[in-house]
Amino acid sequence: MKAVRAAVALVALAIAPSLLAQGSTADEIAKYRAALQDGNPAELWEGRGEALWKQQRGPKNVSLERCDLGLGAGVVKGAYAQLPRYFADADRVMDLETRLVWCMVTLQGYTEADAKKNPFGNGNDRKSDLEALTAYVTSESRGVKMNVPMRHAKEAEAYRVGEKLFYFRGGTHDFACATCHSEEGKRIRLQDLPDLTTAQGAQKAYTTWPAYRVSQGELRTFEWRLYDCFRQQRFPELVFGSDAAIALTMFLARNANGAPFDAPAIKR
Amino acid sequence: MRPYARLGLLVVAAIVGGCATALDESETAAKTAAALKASFRPAGQAGLDRLEQDETQRACSLAAGKAPPKDVAAMIEQTNLATIRYPADGKLLGDWKNGERIAQEGRGKQFSDDPKGPVGANCYACHQLSKGELSFGTIGPSLYQYGKLRGNSVDVQRYTFGKIYNSEAFTACTNMPRFGHKGILSEQQIKDVAALLLDPASPVNQ
Ligand code: HEC
Ligand code: HEC
Repeated sequence: MKAVRAAVALVALAIAPSLLAQGSTADEIAKYRAALQDGNPAELWEGRGEALWKQQRGPKNVSLERCDLGLGAGVVKGAYAQLPRYFADADRVMDLETRLVWCMVTLQGYTEADAKKNPFGNGNDRKSDLEALTAYVTSESRGVKMNVPMRHAKEAEAYRVGEKLFYFRGGTHDFACATCHSEEGKRIRLQDLPDLTTAQGAQKAYTTWPAYRVSQGELRTFEWRLYDCFRQQRFPELVFGSDAAIALTMFLARNANGAPFDAPAIKR
Repeated sequence: MRPYARLGLLVVAAIVGGCATALDESETAAKTAAALKASFRPAGQAGLDRLEQDETQRACSLAAGKAPPKDVAAMIEQTNLATIRYPADGKLLGDWKNGERIAQEGRGKQFSDDPKGPVGANCYACHQLSKGELSFGTIGPSLYQYGKLRGNSVDVQRYTFGKIYNSEAFTACTNMPRFGHKGILSEQQIKDVAALLLDPASPVNQ
C-alpha cells in the first residue's frame, strides 16, 4: 500500500515541475507538501534501504543487521537521533554515512573505495545504495528527540571545529556558511534562508534532512546538503565522509538537540 | 611595513592577547586547518587555493559573525581601500542595460560552472534593484532608487564604483563580495553595474 501511494505521488510529481517553476513561494511549497503528506516518494528509498540492510551482500556475504550505529549491534530505532558520535572501534567521530561505510567494510568485506564510490544518485538510473540505507536508518528515528552526545573529548572537538568551519570565509566570494545562514528572515532571491546559529533554526533545518527533492527527483542526505552549499560557496569539492563534513554535521546536529526528528521529508 | 602584514599582526595580537582560552582556541584553529586540508579536492575551476585565506578573510572569520574590534576594522578598510583601481580613462559609468544582465546572472566561479561561461554578480541574490524584478534577496539593503536618492555626482560615482570593486574598503567584514579585487568582474562590468545604480534612465531609478 505504501508503495502504491508513493507511485501515485510520483505521477503527480511528473506533472508538477512546471507548476513549481512558475512561483516557488513558500506558500506553494507548503500546499504541495500537504498534498503529498501521505505519499512522500522518499518511501521508495526507505524501502530499498531496508532491503539492502537485511540482504546478505559483499565479499563476506553477510547483512548489515549486526552493524553498531551507536546504540549496540543491530539497533536501528532511534540511532540517527544520537549521531554523529564517537566510536571507540574506529577511534573517530562518525556521522551516519561514514558509519555505514565502516560497517560495509568491516562486516561485509567491501573495500572502503567500493563502499564510498557512489554517495549521491543522479536522480535517474544511477541509484545510490548509501542514500537508500541512509533513508531507511533515518526513517527509524522519526519522532525521536534529537539527543546528540558530547561526552567524549573528540565529540567536543568535532563540535568546536564545526563551529569554526561555519564561520570560515574563503574563496573568490569571501563566503562562509554564516554569510547566508546567520540572520533571521533573510532570503537569497526567493529562497528562505534558515538562521542556523539559533537552536530553533538549526532544529527546523536539521530534523528535515534527508529529503526527497522534488526539483531533482532524488532523495538527498545531509552530506549532500553540505556538499551543495559548499559548491554555492565557491569552495572546491567536499570529500564524502571527510572530517569537515562530520564536524559541521556535529555542530548542526548538536544544536538541534531537543527537537523531534522528522525525516525523510519532502522539499522543493 | 606593508598594510597587509600589519593587519596580520593585529589579528595575531587579538588571538594571543585573549585570555585563558587562548590555548584552546589555537588548538581548535590548528585542528580546523587540518580538517580543511584533508576534506576537499580540486574540482572544475575551484582549486584548493580557494581555501587559502587572505588577511581580511582570516580576520573576519575570527570575528565569527560579530563586528571585528575597532582597530582591526579600521585596518581592514584601509588595506582594502588601497586595492581599488579606478578606471584610467576617468569614466566611472558604463551601460546600465549590460549592468542589468550582470546583476541577474548567478553563474560563475562554482566548480559546476563552465570556466568559459558567463560570470555574473547576482546582485539580485542579495538586493532589491529595479522594481520590476520581484525575485530578489534580502541579505543586503534595497538599492531601489539608489541614484534617485543620492544623485549622480562624481563623489557618488566614485563611491559606488569603489564599493562594487572592493566592498570591504567601506564596511569591514561585510557579507558583500569584493567583485573587482577578487577578479569576479572586469572593470567594464563594474562600470556597467554602477550605471545600473546611477543612470537616471535605469529601471532602478524609475
Ligand atoms: C551563498 C549562500 C549560501 C552559503 C554560503 C551556504 N548556504 Fe546553505 N543554503 C543556501 C540556500 C539558498 C539554501 C536553500 C536551498 C533550497 O531551498 O533549495 C540552503 C540550505 C541549507 C540547509 C538546509 C535548510 C533546510 O531547512 O532545508 C542547510 C542545513 C545549510 N544550507 C547549511 C549550510 C552550511 C553548513 C553551509 C556552509 C558550508 C552553507 N549552508 C553555506 C545558501 C547558502
Ligand atoms: C552576498 C550578498 C551580496 C551580493 C551578491 C551583493 N551585495 Fe551589495 N551589499 C550586501 C550587504 C550585506 C550590504 C550592506 C553592508 C555593506 O555596506 O557592505 C551591501 C551593500 C551594498 C551597497 C552600499 C549601499 C549603501 O547604502 O551605501 C551597494 C552600492 C551595493 N551593495 C551594491 C551591490 C551590487 C551592485 C552588487 C552586484 C554587483 C551587489 N551589491 C552584490 C550584500 C551583497
